[in-house]
Amino acid sequence: MANLNLVQAINLALIQEMERDDRVIVLGEDVGTNGGVFRVTEGLQKRFGEKRVVDTPLAESGIIGTSIGLAMGGLRPVPEIQFEGFLGPAYDQICSHAARMRTRTRGAFTVPLTIRVPVGGGIHAPELHSDSPEAIYSHQPGIKVVMPSSPYDAKGLLISAIRDPDPVIFFEPKRVYRAVREEVPEDEYTIPIGKARVVCEGGDLTVISWGASVIQCMQALEKSSRSIELIDLRTIYPLDLDTIEASVKKTGRCGVVHEAPLTAGMGAEVAAQVMERCFLHLEAPVQRVTGFDTIMPYYKLELNYMPDAARIALAIEDAATY
Amino acid sequence: MPRNVVHKVEIERVSILDEHGNYDAKLGDGLIGDADLVRLYEAMSSCRYLDEVAFKLQRSGRMGTYPQNMGQEAGSLGAAFILDKEDWLVTCYRENCGLFWRGVPMESILLHWMGDERGNAMPRAHFATPIAVPIGTQMLHAAGLAWASKYRGESRIACTFFGDGATSEGDFHEAANFAANLDLPVVFCCQNNFWAISTPGRIECSAPTVAQRGVAYGMPCLQVDGNDLFACVYAVKWAAQRARQECKPSFIEMVTYRLGDHTTADDARRYRDQAEVDIWKERDPLIRTRKHLEQKKLWDSSKEEAMQARVKIDVDAAVVRAEEIASPAAADLFNSMYAELPAQLAHQRDTMQTHSLASEHGVRTTGH
Repeated sequence: MANLNLVQAINLALIQEMERDDRVIVLGEDVGTNGGVFRVTEGLQKRFGEKRVVDTPLAESGIIGTSIGLAMGGLRPVPEIQFEGFLGPAYDQICSHAARMRTRTRGAFTVPLTIRVPVGGGIHAPELHSDSPEAIYSHQPGIKVVMPSSPYDAKGLLISAIRDPDPVIFFEPKRVYRAVREEVPEDEYTIPIGKARVVCEGGDLTVISWGASVIQCMQALEKSSRSIELIDLRTIYPLDLDTIEASVKKTGRCGVVHEAPLTAGMGAEVAAQVMERCFLHLEAPVQRVTGFDTIMPYYKLELNYMPDAARIALAIEDAATY
Repeated sequence: MPRNVVHKVEIERVSILDEHGNYDAKLGDGLIGDADLVRLYEAMSSCRYLDEVAFKLQRSGRMGTYPQNMGQEAGSLGAAFILDKEDWLVTCYRENCGLFWRGVPMESILLHWMGDERGNAMPRAHFATPIAVPIGTQMLHAAGLAWASKYRGESRIACTFFGDGATSEGDFHEAANFAANLDLPVVFCCQNNFWAISTPGRIECSAPTVAQRGVAYGMPCLQVDGNDLFACVYAVKWAAQRARQECKPSFIEMVTYRLGDHTTADDARRYRDQAEVDIWKERDPLIRTRKHLEQKKLWDSSKEEAMQARVKIDVDAAVVRAEEIASPAAADLFNSMYAELPAQLAHQRDTMQTHSLASEHGVRTTGH
């Protein structure tokens, strides 16, 4: 057991899966010699060689397109896209090929692929280095979308993603990378994709969040006198609707918190599902605390854009006193 | 200081059997045995007849939009013939002839264009990837497949087909760049048929040849007469050898022509002259191959008649097989989405024809 941050936990998961399965290879821009711009792949090339940890040309569609071929050819590629803002050039390969391959060939070809992508704001990064596009990819049938908020979850979820027979986008919240440390077992363990975590139990209100926003929610909870149940979805698609339903039926009140823009964000889907499943239990409308329907601002204003503990606390009070 | 030449490029063109029947024995002999040549001609004839049948099926409402392959049979067939049976063939949608040679059943292709995903459920033993619809995206998969094979130390290479329009797509350039820089055993075959639907080649590529696009990536490049089966076999043999022995990619431009419309939804008369089509009809790969066979006393009109009768029986039987396959169950649209269907998708499947999702949870809904 070691006290690790998110970067180290993901690094450990990669090492252990690469040791366990020689079909696992890491590829992307600067992932080799440089260990990735966030150092998530630090030391991997030295340990596993240039054949398994590959510095590719600077071309996101190329990275994902060749990864699809690698996966169809029987390997388990784990490509890194340097920032979520540069996932766009690979959108066509992800949505027109990776997501569709199994169903359009009725299972004859599959794409076991884990795309690692640093995501979200809060680290004073330049433009296009701070977005939250998880809803875009959750809307695309055929892929799974994961976003851990803690080192422990990140290790277990990444191992599950690499072993998953279908394509997974594994979003890593940059703001959490070095902000949190916790005990992460050296021993192998997995966390199932599609299962949320109840961070803390409570009876007055359910708060649902994921990624770095979970940390902001915890800060808001600390200041609140109410009994709040906090759910970290961990997987954005498929949603763990059973955990959401059980909690909201218990509390009757619910808020959703995410960094991505409001309109058609995953908060909308969660709210609709809560309406369908818990309507007669609800005592207040579902509250959404999200980024705004604006372009993610440059970093001078990024903290005004992202949900913080104060905004979350207001929404909690609104929902609790409705 | 004067400007100095630091690099000069020359593109070679190979033609072995031209439309006038001229045959270069020095390059051509030994490439294709007599018996194989007869089989290859029959394969092209069969593919051509399928095109005719498919067109009629579409016009009579028995099949959806279909892209005819007419005129472009030689390129993919030449590749499939000379490659190892376990080399990857990564194609778009005008390579039926090569796929059939590989063993892909005709009814699979028909089924695909009849709107049934099961047409793509090709056994892995064919080492052919499913038809790729988004233009110019599949060359990256070929690079990845070749990479996987290299990673495992196998001798399997990947050969990918695409059109001249596809070389305008960014993914083509990324695939060429990846393959060249990462030393991947890929054979890039561009079927330059001069028309990307209505867009002429000059809008896709201003360079004098498409072949030289490969030069920018440090690949050896060759232009061949793409309606010349011998030249296509020659070029793919050359490129495959480099891929297998040196683990490096090559680029082949096969100059050919789409004799038909882009698809059954297109009308090529809107954008190209019949005079141009007539010129290319003279250059048809089937006509010159037949003439060559006749010159070699391997073929005559009675053999042609017997072969056409065989082809008709085979193709018509494939159509019957394709049409006899029962429509998929409605639930099939869900069942291959993931290896394990997520609960909410299973729920959508199980309630797709009964009631709204909300009513399942005891919520009163209207309208059903």
